[in-house]
Amino acid sequence: MHLSDLWFIAIAVLWAGYFVLEGFDFGVGILLPFLSRGDETSKRVMINTIGPVWDGNEVWLLTAGGATFAAFPAWYAAMFSAFYLPLLIILVALIIRGVAFEYRGKRDSDRWRRGWDAAIFTGSLLPAVLWGVAFGNIVRGIPLNAAGHFTGNFFTFLNPYALLGGLTTLALFTLHGALFLALKTTGELRGRANAVASAVAVAAVVAGAGFLAWTGAAYRGSAASGTGIASVALAALAALALIGAALANRAGREGVAFTANAVAVLAATASLFTALYPRVLPSTLSPAYSLTTANAASAAKTLAIMTVVACVFLPLVLAYQAWTYWVFRKRVTAPPRPRAAERAS
Amino acid sequence: MNVLELSRWQFGITTVYHFLFVPITIGLGFLVAGFETAWIRTGREHWLRLTKFYGKLFLINFALGLVTGIVQEFQFGMNWSAYSRQVGNIFGAPLAIEALLAFFLESTFLGLWIFGWDRLSARLHVACLWIAATGTLLSAYFILTANAWMQHPVGSTYNAKTRQDELQSFVKVLFNPAQLAGFPHVIAGCFLTAGSLVAGVALWQVLRPGIAGDHSIAFRHALKAGAITAIAAAVAVVITGDTQGKLFTTQYQPMKMAAAEALYHTSTPAPFSLLTIGSLNGSHPVFEITLPRLLSFLATGNWSSTVQGIDNLNQQYQAQFGPGSYIPYVPVIYWSFRLMIGLGLLAALIAVVALWATRGGRTPSHGKRGLWRKTLIAGGIALPLLPLLANSFGWIMTEMGRQPWVVYGQLKTAAGVSANSGGEVLTSLIVLTLLYGVLAVIEGGLMLKYIKAGLTSEPPPTYGAGDRGGGAGTAGESPQLVY
Repeated sequence: MHLSDLWFIAIAVLWAGYFVLEGFDFGVGILLPFLSRGDETSKRVMINTIGPVWDGNEVWLLTAGGATFAAFPAWYAAMFSAFYLPLLIILVALIIRGVAFEYRGKRDSDRWRRGWDAAIFTGSLLPAVLWGVAFGNIVRGIPLNAAGHFTGNFFTFLNPYALLGGLTTLALFTLHGALFLALKTTGELRGRANAVASAVAVAAVVAGAGFLAWTGAAYRGSAASGTGIASVALAALAALALIGAALANRAGREGVAFTANAVAVLAATASLFTALYPRVLPSTLSPAYSLTTANAASAAKTLAIMTVVACVFLPLVLAYQAWTYWVFRKRVTAPPRPRAAERAS
Repeated sequence: MNVLELSRWQFGITTVYHFLFVPITIGLGFLVAGFETAWIRTGREHWLRLTKFYGKLFLINFALGLVTGIVQEFQFGMNWSAYSRQVGNIFGAPLAIEALLAFFLESTFLGLWIFGWDRLSARLHVACLWIAATGTLLSAYFILTANAWMQHPVGSTYNAKTRQDELQSFVKVLFNPAQLAGFPHVIAGCFLTAGSLVAGVALWQVLRPGIAGDHSIAFRHALKAGAITAIAAAVAVVITGDTQGKLFTTQYQPMKMAAAEALYHTSTPAPFSLLTIGSLNGSHPVFEITLPRLLSFLATGNWSSTVQGIDNLNQQYQAQFGPGSYIPYVPVIYWSFRLMIGLGLLAALIAVVALWATRGGRTPSHGKRGLWRKTLIAGGIALPLLPLLANSFGWIMTEMGRQPWVVYGQLKTAAGVSANSGGEVLTSLIVLTLLYGVLAVIEGGLMLKYIKAGLTSEPPPTYGAGDRGGGAGTAGESPQLVY
């Protein structure tokens, strides 16, 4: 195995980690207006379930971006410039959402809070859809010319396959958020999260199965090879885990349900990346223009140094992030009396 | 404007905006950690109140630094894809390492600090902030490593076959002499900024009519801590700035320093231009104040040595790199340089005056129509803003002074831009600029609100209380809702 293959796997792991972790905090943001039913305390409980961790979750995205830049400069350059406008929307969404978490409680005014609630909802919804659309397009391929320049426009990305990808991530992340809330809250909110999870799970199973089946049928890099088969196997695992999550949720086994859905997100991401391999960004104009792990990678020296750094520090990061989740393992409950007035003073 | 100019504007706006928040985050993180440590060590309540007060300002500011950092990470690929493709081997590595080593550390441990008041023991809680603050320093080191390589590319070779710069020695990249000179300069600037913020706010509070006695005592402590930090940092800024200036004038980028002085003709010895009114094109300054021989001394340490001029350097570069202009936009470089130094020194001066005026518990009197007091209040308001401007001008000088190069001597900025359409880049430029503007207004409003609100009465934190009693959802305890 070449180091470039190892880094392809590393980047897949970073994206999978990002989707598993930020997936549920996107879901919480999307469900904010629905599960809170306008109740301020419920909203605060929901936001506080992800309060200590959402920022750390988002760093998985930055690390995936940085790792792509270092290990596959041509991939980073072509992908980020091609997906210019979708990325701009995602950036704006992530900006307003991040600020919203921190600023929402800083003024005691309904109007102020309503504005930030809208920012949290929109800022979670748009990336949840757009990451799916983007990955659909990556796996499907985009019109890249010989120079690695994108020759399409914004509407190139809006093809049915990629849009189904967007629906899939939307449903999957919403479900992930609902299962997380069921696990992290108490009382009525927990019951509502349970019920919503059951409903969203149906949509997630339908969209996800359709998307992954379409991927398997049409867009595998090398259908007959080991990775082509692995992609289908991972898709099947994702479907099973998703169904398992739905059943566990019905049975009230919240920990199992959330874990199973995390496995589903992991397996689905892994399935997409194995379908992509050995390409990293296929060209729809000519297979010769496709970027691959071989022709997009950095030279061996950079990859070797990055490998050492990752081997030392990634386990450390996993350890202290896991510790954070342990520190905040308890369910978040509403305080006995409202504290809003006290906070605002 | 073409795609290149639009992309440069967008990069400049995003980066200068981002760097308004970064220095406060870096410096204030350590100062607030110091306050909380003092509270835990001494048990004196004013340290806790200061921790909470400046902690709020720190977090309001941190939020914007964080979200604009995401744009930074993406914009190289979005707007500078030709650059990214060529330099990813070297430039990408510190960026990836920054995310892995520093961003995770900052975000995770700051989350623990914000939400962990009743979850962690006192020592562990304050340790989280020290760790997060260290993360911001690490972050600065790696991103400045990447920048130092653009200023003075070392440890790499250009491979004509792959059309990429390839890594020769990562150690050389990490310990680039330009980085060893630049990093301390930037970090000292961060502490000057944060110290000035702490001191300026505290001075304004101390001089507030009718401030409660215990609040006044608390803010006097903050004023002392902030002003001493700012003054010490200013000394460090001057020393490191001088080192950096000599290095760049004599070795790395003589053109940048010649432009900073608007010195068109090579001179032996060279005078230092204090200010010029009129044209800066070297022909006919209308009014000019110069200090003879000073530039020679500043640039080389010798009162009578030669300093190269813009025109001579340009000819030299044309011979070396081919036809074209190698002169950056001189008026911007010339004035940025002066504003950087002048505003930074003014901040340090105000910090000194503030310390002196409040020495030994003094409060400047209302006498003589309160002119002295009013001056001090104005100084307190200006103090936090001056280093922010100085930082911005410093970056504008060093980045625009490197033009036309994006990687000095190796890749021109014009050759690094993406092939995106002007419409796309114009859209993002407008959207991001408007968004930054709105967020700046909101951020400024919140900062003012919490600065005016002053100290709050804080019940002593129940460090670790919420973590006793085992299992999830145990009855009889309710974790605080922080957000």
